[in-house]
This record gives sequence, structure tokens and C-alpha cells, in this order.
Amino acid sequence: MMYQIRDLHLSLPDMTRKPILGHAPQMNILKGLSFDIPKGAVLGIVGGSGSGKSTLGRAMVRLLEPTAGQIMFDGKDISHASEDELRPLRKRFQMIFQDPMSSLNPRRRVGGIIAGPLRLHGVDVSGKVDEALEMVGLPRHFATRYPHELSGGQRQRVGIARAIALRPDFILADEIVSGLDVSSQAQVLNLLEELVRDLGLTLAFISHDLSVIRRLCSRVIVLRNGEIVEATETVKLFDTPQADYTKELLQAIPLPDPGQTWT
Amino acid sequence: MRDARADVRRPVGLRLWLSGGWLSLLTLAAIFAPLIAPQDPLAQDLFLGRLPPFWESGTEPGFYLGTDSLGRDVLSRILYGARLALIVALVAGTLTCLIGATLGLIAGYYRGWPDRIISRFVDIWMAFPPVLFSILLIAVLGPGLVSIIIAIVIIDWTRFARVIRAEAISQGAMDYVASAQVAGRTKFGTMLAEILPNVLPTIVALLTLEMGIAVIIEAILSFVNLSISTDSPTWGGMISEGRISVHQAWWVLVFPLITLFLTVLSFSQLGEGLKDRFDPVLR
Amino acid sequence: MSAYLSIRNLSVALKGGGPILRRVSLDVHPGQVHGLVGESGAGKSMIGKAVLGTLPRALQVTGGEIWLDGVNLETLPPSERRRRIGATAALIPQDPLTALNPSKRIGPQITRRLVDILGWSRADAQNRALELLAEVHIPEPARVMRNYPHELSGGMRQRILIAAAFAAEPQLIIADEPTTALDVTVQKQILRLIAQMQARHGTALMFVTHDLGVVSKVCDSLSVLYAGLVVENARMRRFFTRPIHPYSAALLAATPTYTDPFGSLKPVPQNVITAVETEVSQHDRRTGA
Repeated sequence: MMYQIRDLHLSLPDMTRKPILGHAPQMNILKGLSFDIPKGAVLGIVGGSGSGKSTLGRAMVRLLEPTAGQIMFDGKDISHASEDELRPLRKRFQMIFQDPMSSLNPRRRVGGIIAGPLRLHGVDVSGKVDEALEMVGLPRHFATRYPHELSGGQRQRVGIARAIALRPDFILADEIVSGLDVSSQAQVLNLLEELVRDLGLTLAFISHDLSVIRRLCSRVIVLRNGEIVEATETVKLFDTPQADYTKELLQAIPLPDPGQTWT
Repeated sequence: MRDARADVRRPVGLRLWLSGGWLSLLTLAAIFAPLIAPQDPLAQDLFLGRLPPFWESGTEPGFYLGTDSLGRDVLSRILYGARLALIVALVAGTLTCLIGATLGLIAGYYRGWPDRIISRFVDIWMAFPPVLFSILLIAVLGPGLVSIIIAIVIIDWTRFARVIRAEAISQGAMDYVASAQVAGRTKFGTMLAEILPNVLPTIVALLTLEMGIAVIIEAILSFVNLSISTDSPTWGGMISEGRISVHQAWWVLVFPLITLFLTVLSFSQLGEGLKDRFDPVLR
Repeated sequence: MSAYLSIRNLSVALKGGGPILRRVSLDVHPGQVHGLVGESGAGKSMIGKAVLGTLPRALQVTGGEIWLDGVNLETLPPSERRRRIGATAALIPQDPLTALNPSKRIGPQITRRLVDILGWSRADAQNRALELLAEVHIPEPARVMRNYPHELSGGMRQRILIAAAFAAEPQLIIADEPTTALDVTVQKQILRLIAQMQARHGTALMFVTHDLGVVSKVCDSLSVLYAGLVVENARMRRFFTRPIHPYSAALLAATPTYTDPFGSLKPVPQNVITAVETEVSQHDRRTGA
């Protein structure tokens, strides 16, 4: 198993309800999640805003520390591991962010952005940046460009190149196509599909868009208000959805088809 | 898809050239003051008192911008005054920036208890009236160049701390910081390698602004006779003396005032100009 | 049937720069919904802004006509143009959070236009606002009128903006990506609400969106834009069965569809992009832009 997650709870301070004096009240974002991600699997995590899907993602790569429960990465408990303990593992799990404009340091060139994680882990950088750019279908001379000189789709490719440059075992992709136009969306998804296949990656793909999940993922978990309402194989989820919320989600998707009954 | 927004051309850095030009000229003048000053700035000659500038009648050769009531040459005093003004600007500005920006960066990026301590400290500090505070300080430390610099640093570091803290908070919320953490960068390393380059343009703009402010503070302190010993030429001191005889000899007041004004303006414009020109994000 | 809004050869350009809209022509009829579709940067939002007179400072209309109810807006003096737009057109904006003033209660934000621009009495405006909030299915309208925007959910805020848009019985509404910021389940409710209100009030609606799925649910006709050029004007049903322009067809094939996961999500082929880019430069050469 790549990930084993058991009874995961996570609370964050609710700053909107912070009294003038004293601490902000805790808000329970994740309320006891348990699921596994087998090696080589592509898991879709779907839910609306406020479902906790991004918080779950950030807990999995330990940008956030769970309040209770367990996160096992490849058999090691990383729920409360310190940054120093995590550092050697960080090479093995990477993340691609939703907004490539915010996730790429605007004052660094693309080459530096991709090389950053490699240098940190003492990997020989020579040739690796070119290789990573090539794998995501960007020309080599992009290494000298700044992020703001690129289009949205190209920026997201740089985000992917940075994540795969270290040859991780696991990648978490958090809403990585929701800010892109449909044409670049399709390209980025195809690219991700290829990379998962060629590099033997395990992938967790967070999205609000079931159509995209349908294409990419073998299993899906549906989140609502910090709880799993349904976890099943993708094909089953679409053919015979069990939870009412899943049905509601499916029925709400506007298909590009005037014949769809949409009541 | 082609993006027509890229077609807008940025205006040429005219203000960068003008402000940089004036400051370079001033720096050269300060360095070579003994060589280019037409007169000894301290030499008094009561027979040459209140000579008007060169284009009016009744001047003496060699006193281009006239003399004050003690017969001292205004141009030479402005040139020597530039030395003190620029030393104060550079040293006080840089020290203020180093202290304030470091504390602001730590407070804004680390948050938590370092932020609470630094922010409280800044709040308390800012409650003191600054001019009174500096007069008090110099009274305690005694007048002199070092005292002026210390006074400026102590009064003004909070400006940097506040602005840089706010900037670091907003940068810290960006995903590139999370991304560095996922890559395994240490907190301190992230602050230096990721956050600092992004707040640097703000720091530079503030630094040049601060240099201008330092020049003004020095002038104010000279004006109230708390700067360096009264006989060494300072712009503030000249303005203070010129004020008394403005009806008989306007040039004693006006020329140092213009110099001061242009210098302070150039410092603030230099910062903005540098930001426009060298920031890859804006460019 | 004559169009309520009729745009002819509308060109918008950066001041001292390149074109943003390239001789756009389209019609919006009373009681009908016209979609504007395209990728980001295609200029679809700029059409609505040009009509409302809210183009960003850096842009200007460089040619063409905007006919509203038989009057060419471009020939009117600015004050008269503003008055006419204020009295007959309204906007449903994209972001329900920034479109409402966070420091003001909901009530005055809906009634302000009625009182200030149309000269209604405060009591009349108040009653109209309550009526409209009920019409957009807001529970306890009287209480919501006293709420501040941050006390309401995104869906509620968007309903309020819809109510505000319909408040003065405008004959034209421009909806600029009104559901992009919302969850799909909320999006469905809001789209249904907009369609209901539009049909009931007989409004002409111009609907800007990047989502062809949404278009197929609410629009009667649409224009597809690429780089400010209308590549296709079409009736909705015909468009989804037989898109004429290759770029339209490619856009349709790129749209993700869960019922057909491997037939959809096709990247726009390079030859289609090259062809449409050529079309744009040919257009520029022909018009001397």
C-alpha cells in the first residue's frame, strides 16, 4: 500500500469567529476518514467547496498535521513526523497545485523552479531539467523564462515537471485543471495520464469535476463536509451511484448536449 | 492564443535616469568637494557678507551662489553639506533597512510567538512621537554624526518592520511556499530562498525612500541645532540660518532648500524607477 | 422579431495597441438567451463591458455600432448613454463576493439603483426588493435584507445579485460567468433560477461562459469567439449537432463529458489552431487593423 489512512481527523482554527481576546474556536474539517491507496492506483477525490478535499490533500503530503488518526506512507507512520524526519521521505511524494501562478515563484526562472527540489535532495541536476521539460512537452529554452511569460497550460506543465523531476513514487494533484481552458485542460490531463503510465506513479487526483475524474481515475472517494459518503470503483460510481449526494452531484453536471434531461 | 496585453509598451525609465543622474552628480560633488569647491566653506569675511548670486549686480568673482551674513560661500557650503547628507542617507538608511526588514520578515513569515513579540514591540515603539524622541535621544547621546545615525535607525526601523511583515504574510500564503515545503526545504531556507526575493523590490523601494527621509531628519535636527557642531556645513543648518535673513538674502535659504528637495525627491523616485525597471514580474 | 440588442462590427482595441474585439456582430432578442463562448483572452467578457460602457481604462471602442432598442449607443453623448443603460440594462457579475459591498447591508444594495437612478420612493423600493428576494427563493427575505454579505453563502449571494439585476425590470441583462465560482449543485439551482426569471420577465439575456455544458442548458443561440473574432454564430441545437467552424467542433470535443470519457477531452488539434490563427491575421489584413 502507498497510503493507508485511518480515522483521520483534522481541525483548524476558525479565524472568522475568533473573539477579540483569546483563541479562535476549532473547526472540524476532516471527521474520521479511512481509505487506502494501493501502489500504482489512480484515486479520484471529489467533493464540493467546503468538503475538505484540499485539506485532506495537504494532510497527506504533511503540509498540515492531523489532529487525530493515522497517515501511513509506504508502511511508515507520518502523521506526526517532524520536518527533519519527513525530509528524506519528501523526495518520494510530491504535489501539483491548483493555481500555477501562485505555486511558481514569480521571481525564478523555470529552470530554477524545476531544479530547486533536485538540489535540495542533493541530486545531480545536470540534464535533469531538460529531461523534465521534455517529458512535459515543453521546449528546452523555456528554462530561461519567468512563469508570467507562460500561458496557463504551460505554467501547469512546469508545475508537473517540478513534481516529476525527483521521480517520486506518489503525486498529489490538487484541482490542477480547474483554472485552465478546456483545450489546455485536455492536454494537461493527457500528459498526466501518460506520465502515470510511463513512470509507474501512484496518483491522488483531487477535483470538483466528475467528468475529469471519470477519465483519469480507477477509484473514487466522494467527500462531503469532511466525511466520505461513497468510496468505490469509478465505473460503479457512474453506473450505479449509491449515496444520494453522489446522485445529486452526477445529475447536476451540465453535459454539452441539449438532449440531456436536466431537472 | 495571442494575448494583446503583451503589446503595451512600458514607458522608458525617465525618472530613473533623472533621479539617478542627480544623485550621481551629488555623490561626485561630495567626494570631490575639496577639489571643486571655489571657497573654503568655513572661511568668514564680513566684508563679503550677503553677496548675491552671480547673475545679479554687486557680486564678487568666485562666489557663484552668493554668501551668507558671515561672508561664507553658499555653493561651497552646499557641496560640503552633501557629504554629511549622503553619509547619513547611506549609513542610516542601510542600517534601518537591515534591522527593520529582518524583523519584519521573521514576524511575517514565522508568525506565532516571534510575530507576537515583534509586533507588540513595533506598536509600542510607534506610540512615541518621533521628533521629540530623537531630540531627547541626541540630548542624551550628545550631538554628532553617530548620534544622528543612531537616532534615525531607532526611530524608523518600525516603518520597514511593518511593511515587510505585511508583504511576507501575503507571500507566505502563496502556494510556491507550500511547494518548497513539500520539496523538503527548511523553514529558514524557504524564507531566504523563496520569500526574500519576492519582498526585495519592496525593500529596495523602501530603502531609497528611507534614505530621503534620513536626509530630511538630519536637516530637521540641524535646523534645531542638534546635529553636528554648528560650524561644519549642513543643509539643515544653512536653511535655519537663511531663514533669519530671508528678506535681505533669499539665496542663503533657497539654494540649500532646492538641493534638499531635489535630493529627497530623487531618492524616492529612484526606488520606484528601479522597481519598474528590474522587477521581472512587472517587466 | 427585431433584436433588442444588436451589435454591428464592434471593434475594441488597446489604446495604442492591438485589437481585442475584431468587428463583432451579434443579436440578442427579447425573451431569448444568447451565449458568448470562448477561452480566456478571447474577449467574450469585453463585449458585455463595451455595451455597458465599463471597459477597462486601457481599452477603447474603435469602431462599429451598438444598437439598443433601436438607438445607436455609440452616437449618444456619454451622459445620455449612461442614463439609457442604467434604465434598461443590468449585470449579473461573476464573483458574488466582490460584487457586493462588504460593509453595507443587503437591503440598500438592492434598492439603491431603484431609488437613485429610477427615482422610486424608499418604501416602494423596499417592497419591490422583498418581492424579488422571495422570487429568487430566499427564505425569510426581510431578515436577509438586514444581513451583511459575509453572513450569506456563495449561492445565496448570487441569488441576491440576480434579484438586484432584475429589480428595475431591465430589458437586457448581461450575465458574466455567473456560476463559475459555484459548486455544480449550486450552479444547477442558479442556472435554473436565471432561466426562470428571464422567461418570466421576457428579458433579453446575454450569457458569457466558457462552459459549453452550461450553454446547452440555458442558451437559445450563441457566438463562439477566438482572439476577439466571432468564428461562428449559431442556433443552440444546430451548434451541438453540427458545429460548422472547425474550432467550434474542436472546442466541443475538448469539453469533458462523463458519459463519454474517451470520446471527450480531446486536445484542440494544432492544425485547427493554425487555421483559426490564419483566419484572424487574414481578417486583420482585410480590415487594415
